[in-house]
Amino acid sequence: MSKADTADEGAALSWQSKQRRVVTVYVPLICFVIILLFPFYWMTITAIKPNAEMFDYKTYSPFWVVSPTLANINKLLFETSYPRWLFNTMLIAVCATVISLVASVLAAYAIQRLRFKGSAYVGLAIYIAYLVPPSILFIPLASMVFKLGLFDSPFALILTYPTFLIPFCTWLLIGYFKSIPYELEECALIDGASRLQILRRITLPLAVPGLISAGIFSFTLSWNEFIYALAFISSSENKTVPVAILTELVQGDVYQWGSLMAGSLLGSLPVAIFYSFFVDYYVSSLTGAVKE
Amino acid sequence: MSVTTGPVTNWRRPQVQQGWLARLFDSKIFLIIACLTPAMGLLVVFLTYPLGLGIWLAFTDTHIGRGGVFIGFENFESLWYDRVFWGAVFYTVFYTGVATALKFALGLWLALLLNENLPFKSLLRAIILLPWIVPTVLSAIAFWWIFDAQFSIISYVLVDKLGLLDHYIDFLGTPWAARWSLVFANVWRGIPFVAISLLAGLQTISPSLYEAALLDGASSWQRFRRITAPLLMPILAVVLTFSVLFTFTDFQLVYAITRGGPINSTHLMATLAFQRGIPGGQLGEGAAIAVSMIPFLILATLFSYFALARRKWQQGGDDE
Repeated sequence: MSKADTADEGAALSWQSKQRRVVTVYVPLICFVIILLFPFYWMTITAIKPNAEMFDYKTYSPFWVVSPTLANINKLLFETSYPRWLFNTMLIAVCATVISLVASVLAAYAIQRLRFKGSAYVGLAIYIAYLVPPSILFIPLASMVFKLGLFDSPFALILTYPTFLIPFCTWLLIGYFKSIPYELEECALIDGASRLQILRRITLPLAVPGLISAGIFSFTLSWNEFIYALAFISSSENKTVPVAILTELVQGDVYQWGSLMAGSLLGSLPVAIFYSFFVDYYVSSLTGAVKE
Repeated sequence: MSVTTGPVTNWRRPQVQQGWLARLFDSKIFLIIACLTPAMGLLVVFLTYPLGLGIWLAFTDTHIGRGGVFIGFENFESLWYDRVFWGAVFYTVFYTGVATALKFALGLWLALLLNENLPFKSLLRAIILLPWIVPTVLSAIAFWWIFDAQFSIISYVLVDKLGLLDHYIDFLGTPWAARWSLVFANVWRGIPFVAISLLAGLQTISPSLYEAALLDGASSWQRFRRITAPLLMPILAVVLTFSVLFTFTDFQLVYAITRGGPINSTHLMATLAFQRGIPGGQLGEGAAIAVSMIPFLILATLFSYFALARRKWQQGGDDE
């Protein structure tokens, strides 16, 4: 608040008249917002356009829809296995998130609170693990998945997603645990609480915001994951939404843009809604993690 | 420990009820091992082992469903004479370089704009992060439609509305147009992350510094150059490292929009590795391409490490 006030005073002090502010701040900002949002608008408008309007720019303005239709969405929901794909994605994202959260809470607690010899190195190792991108892991993982007999099963994804979720969550939670005063735990120790009780009764309740942000991150990251899902799953009914839209809905040379856009829109909505509930947690943890 | 009996008779210390399980959990060594096992186990089995396995596979002629034998540097030798591979290396470097530069220039600009005193600040932030939240493949499909040869909305605006061009642009049909289109889509997706991270960095800069500079009569460029830029540098270095790493190893966007075409001109190393490794079945060759990315990644990580070390002395060495 005080920052905003000083900015105001600064503006009053000299150099920025109102007109100049409009040109240097609002106009570029509006351009940014329009460009960043346009693809979503375009996705939505295409998803509800009838084919006649979609391919006829001469008679209809492409930016608007004269007779909106739900045919594309209808076709997607009832003529393809879209609900099934949504269910798969949801199941995999939830399972991977739960596994990663449990594992990272324990790991972060051990690294940050139990303070053993070499805990800093374990922390560093986990940080480095975050820098190993899926693009160089998917080939060896694919051969592992084949050997373990997990190919084309959701377990292949539930077990591999934590590899990029755990490092991130652990890292985020270490930051959160750091912000909880150690004295609270000392008090509990003196009062005779066991370590387990401390974790359950004191540290975890205080770390709830951290858990929520780690959970949102894990969920969105697993929802968006593509390369593993593309490499490890082959049968149509086991695919996740991003892979299924690209491989199942794109057939032949004539693209069904209407249902493709409807699929993209519906696939984006769950994450967008989920995100909108927790946007503040998301922003603060994103920026917090970067600042760490 | 024994129960302390005091004047308050119905008060008892809680640990009396503890069983053997609780005592086991009080042993620190056991606790450390128990806490680290799930995370470390998963990471070792599904990250460290595959990393090693990937390097091993790069030196074998493994195919899908058939084990391979050690063939030394044969995979790398054949890649050395492979023009498609060198094209992919070139495009990966080009894509990373150009997209990162644009993302940072525009992201920094957006962050500076958002740092102004604006109405609906949190709403704006939420809206701006949307491209980053939505699954990349799904927004890539939207871009695919935007870049359509016949019904591109960009061509429509340029040709029919503004009359700047006389023909529709074939965005994804010619090599250079396709390359730039992909860079554009990547920049579009990357700006929010850069802007929001840098905004967080900007907000840690104390406003009193700007006031002091203002009183000293510094121009807005001077304030940016002498206050904002140096104080933003540490966070910029971290975000830059991440951005370079993830752009370099990008896969989804290119796979979704062009799949490496036209005539292999937009293959990134990751998409080429996928194409040779999974549908092509030559796991060994795919692994060799993926392994070729590692030196670049190590460079980027080292850069991040030294940038972080630099940060300590900049802020008086007490920021951890």
